[in-house]
Amino acid sequence: MRKVWDLIGGVHPPENKHQSVQSSIGTLPMPKELVIPLSQHIGAPPKLLVAEGEHVLKGQVLAEPKGFVSVGIHAPTSGVISAISDHPIPHPSGMAARCITLIPDGEDRWVETKGIETKGIENYRERSPEELLNIIRQSGIVGMGGAGFPSAVKLGARQPISTLIINGTECEPYITADDMLMRERPQEIIEGIKILSYILGEPEEILIGIEDNKPEAYEALEPYLKDTNIELVEFQTRYPSGGEKQLIQILTGKEVPNGGLPADVGIVCQNIGTTHAIKRAIQQGEPLISRVTTVTGKACQTNRNYQVLIGTPISHLLEHNGFDANQCPRLVMGGPMMGFTLEDLNIPVVKTTNCILAPTAEELPTPPPAQPCIRCGMCAEACPASLLPQQLFWYAQSQNYERLEAHSLFDCIECGACSYVCPSNIPLVQYYRASKGEMRKLAQEKINSDRARERFEFQKARKEKEEAAKAAKREARKKAAEQARAKAASNTEGSKEGNASDKTASSPADDIIKAAMARAAAQKASPEEQREKLKRGISRAESHVESVQKRLNGLEPEATEKQREQALAAVEDAQLRLKDAQQKLADLKLSTDSDAPDSSQPSTEKAVMAKIQASPKEALEKKIATLKERIAVTEEKIAEADDEPLTAALKNGLEKQQTKLKDAEQQLAETPDQSAAQTATPETEDAASAAIAKAQAKAAAQASMSDEDKLKATVESLQNRLKKAQEKLTSAEEEGSEHIDAFRSGVEKLQAKLTAAEAQLAQETH
Amino acid sequence: MYDIIAQNPLSAALVALVGLSVIFGAVLGYAAVKFKVEGDPIVEQIDSLLPQTQCGQCGYPGCRPYAEAIANGDTINKCPPGGQTTINAIADLLDVEAPTLDEEHGEESDVKTVAYIREDECIGCTKCIQACPVDAILGAAKLMHTVIISECTGCDLCVEPCPVDCIDMLPVAKGLGDWKWDMPVSPEDQIKGLDTSGIIATDKIASDKTDGDQAA
Repeated sequence: MRKVWDLIGGVHPPENKHQSVQSSIGTLPMPKELVIPLSQHIGAPPKLLVAEGEHVLKGQVLAEPKGFVSVGIHAPTSGVISAISDHPIPHPSGMAARCITLIPDGEDRWVETKGIETKGIENYRERSPEELLNIIRQSGIVGMGGAGFPSAVKLGARQPISTLIINGTECEPYITADDMLMRERPQEIIEGIKILSYILGEPEEILIGIEDNKPEAYEALEPYLKDTNIELVEFQTRYPSGGEKQLIQILTGKEVPNGGLPADVGIVCQNIGTTHAIKRAIQQGEPLISRVTTVTGKACQTNRNYQVLIGTPISHLLEHNGFDANQCPRLVMGGPMMGFTLEDLNIPVVKTTNCILAPTAEELPTPPPAQPCIRCGMCAEACPASLLPQQLFWYAQSQNYERLEAHSLFDCIECGACSYVCPSNIPLVQYYRASKGEMRKLAQEKINSDRARERFEFQKARKEKEEAAKAAKREARKKAAEQARAKAASNTEGSKEGNASDKTASSPADDIIKAAMARAAAQKASPEEQREKLKRGISRAESHVESVQKRLNGLEPEATEKQREQALAAVEDAQLRLKDAQQKLADLKLSTDSDAPDSSQPSTEKAVMAKIQASPKEALEKKIATLKERIAVTEEKIAEADDEPLTAALKNGLEKQQTKLKDAEQQLAETPDQSAAQTATPETEDAASAAIAKAQAKAAAQASMSDEDKLKATVESLQNRLKKAQEKLTSAEEEGSEHIDAFRSGVEKLQAKLTAAEAQLAQETH
Repeated sequence: MYDIIAQNPLSAALVALVGLSVIFGAVLGYAAVKFKVEGDPIVEQIDSLLPQTQCGQCGYPGCRPYAEAIANGDTINKCPPGGQTTINAIADLLDVEAPTLDEEHGEESDVKTVAYIREDECIGCTKCIQACPVDAILGAAKLMHTVIISECTGCDLCVEPCPVDCIDMLPVAKGLGDWKWDMPVSPEDQIKGLDTSGIIATDKIASDKTDGDQAA
């Protein structure tokens, strides 16, 4: 005999089980309609697969599981779906939910595939546990003890399972559904246990827990336990030993941790009804479309268990049992301890309906009014979860949720033992249920508010970022505008305020110089690159010449004079371009040749450094010297060269060098009196220096000009630009260019500017 | 050394005390710099109690600014969405007497509402999108907008800017998931016969018939 632990606390209310076990599990005639709630389990509602008016066969899938914690539902019989609408469902709230209404056609014809498998699986050991779990899930099997948790999820626990417990306790008064099942179908139940054991990987221990008030069930099961490792354990009848956690403690002495699951201690618990349904699903291929339900209570003439189709209205059940509505003040679904009152007789039987209790007023009297708590402590003795019901009661009354949490309110299994023993008739469990609901709501609100805060703060950060970006842009624009204004101001004020102009005029001039230098630097490529470029240009030009000549040659003799002329002009043009390119290449070669001695990197750097460090005058002198050298080299080359074009090119180069030399000499002469020598870079042959010189000259000219002169200059330049723009516009009009609008608006703008400038000029002169 | 102390007890004590105060001052000063708390922890705590609707009914642009204002001494009864529960919680935190809600800032409502846009009427002006403090409105210029109901805090701020008045504040649909048991009537009320509900079967008074029986 196995050691059995005692249930902590608990009560022993009158059992009232004998009434409904007198006759075997019966069947009822087919009801006129079946109402099948879409969601009969804990978890996500399944996905509807049928439409109104559709004809379905028995076992056909009406809705398929959607999500992990979900199961499907099936047609309990063949018939037509008359409605998919909201209908009251068995729930303490009495609320309505989405239901499928099925009108049976009376044929009760099975669907071909019987839902999942054609004829069920004969040898389930050939299938993998995952396959079997999927069949269980597709067959819509949920915990039939009351909670309705999908069995496949429970059996698919990742933790290793050492103990499988089959819950045959059925501790609540009146209910005998599992008892009758065990008495009448022990073989099927044992078969179901074997399937469960296989799915769970053959746990070491398999226990069937049964209370000592069901000796018939015990005797019925016992013969089938030979040659199995299944152990039937009987223990004292006491409510609520059928609670999952309580049963685990009675049979193994282990306690499920706070907030944990039985799987955390290596245990899985299954109800007798569920085990039977799993067996039917796996071996007969029959989905969960009916269940055993007890119909009992003195308001019914016959008390009996029935195999009821899911969706059968309760009124149909009661009708066939001689229900007297006048005797029954309230109808209860479930047991008297944990059940709830039904408001509507049309509520259907669902997968978790184990009992319909129709008691008379004497049988289940209305509790007398609650009296103040006398602190007797009986509730604490009765509590199977070792809680302090009295403390919880005080905190629930004062809505002190923090303390309720600290006193582990969520470990309460709502068995109602405390309410049952309370001498003051305080509905303790109702306080706990209400507080739990309130705390769940607050927790959800907290989550929502945290998310709202996060979103709000994110939005704030985003807006700040956008604002900063905008501000930066504004700042940049402002700066640019200021610069432009400063430039304009220096232009106009330059000559007016003689002394002050120096500073204001010099800064824009410097800017211009810098800009020019940057441009020149960007344009100036290394000699190699230049050479490459030129070579490419030459080859292009040559090919162009060739092609033009071909065209010329290919011209028909009868071609007009004009055409011929055009072609000739094109050839000449191409030749000219070629020559130009060749000359440039020669130029480049020359310059690189003469620079060759110090072309290596470090020496070039040194030379540059020297150039920078040297005073302008020295630099110029040095340059003159190098130029002279180069001229000498070029002259030698000319003398050596015999090729006609090369000589020409060299001569050209020589000329250029000579002009450069002259320039340099002139500059040298000027250098001593140049005050802004530092701004001028030593490399006068550079494009940058040319631009600098130009800019300086312009700045100087502007500085020396009077306002009037400046305005005049502006007007003149504007007039020039306008003229050009107008020319462009006319040419564009002739060609029908698509940019004609742009040209026109440009002209208009220029005209506006010009008139403004003219007006200003007129003002100045007056 | 001892002689000097014995001869000048007063100055010796003075020196000792000054010395101690200097040492402790240095320690405290160091600790104040080293273990400086970033931000104001009380603001965080108050902020976590506020409902985060960001509705601005309190007169501050969001819950956090109001939390800061409370930390700086503003009254705690300006939050209608939070209602008395929030006021009580803040009062508890600050250890002050819990005042009743200041009706000036709005009334507490039991029914939680969220915004719905009548989508056919929406002209796509994006004004409500800009007004939403939690980015719960989806849409683009000249395209229909819609509210992400699960993210809507029911703050009301989008209703006013809508030029075509197509935003409704509707109560949140109550489903089975939201249902919870009611608190039982207190023993006093039950004695007065005000109990109308029950919990487990044994506690339920369902029909008028039973009440009649009881009376009889």
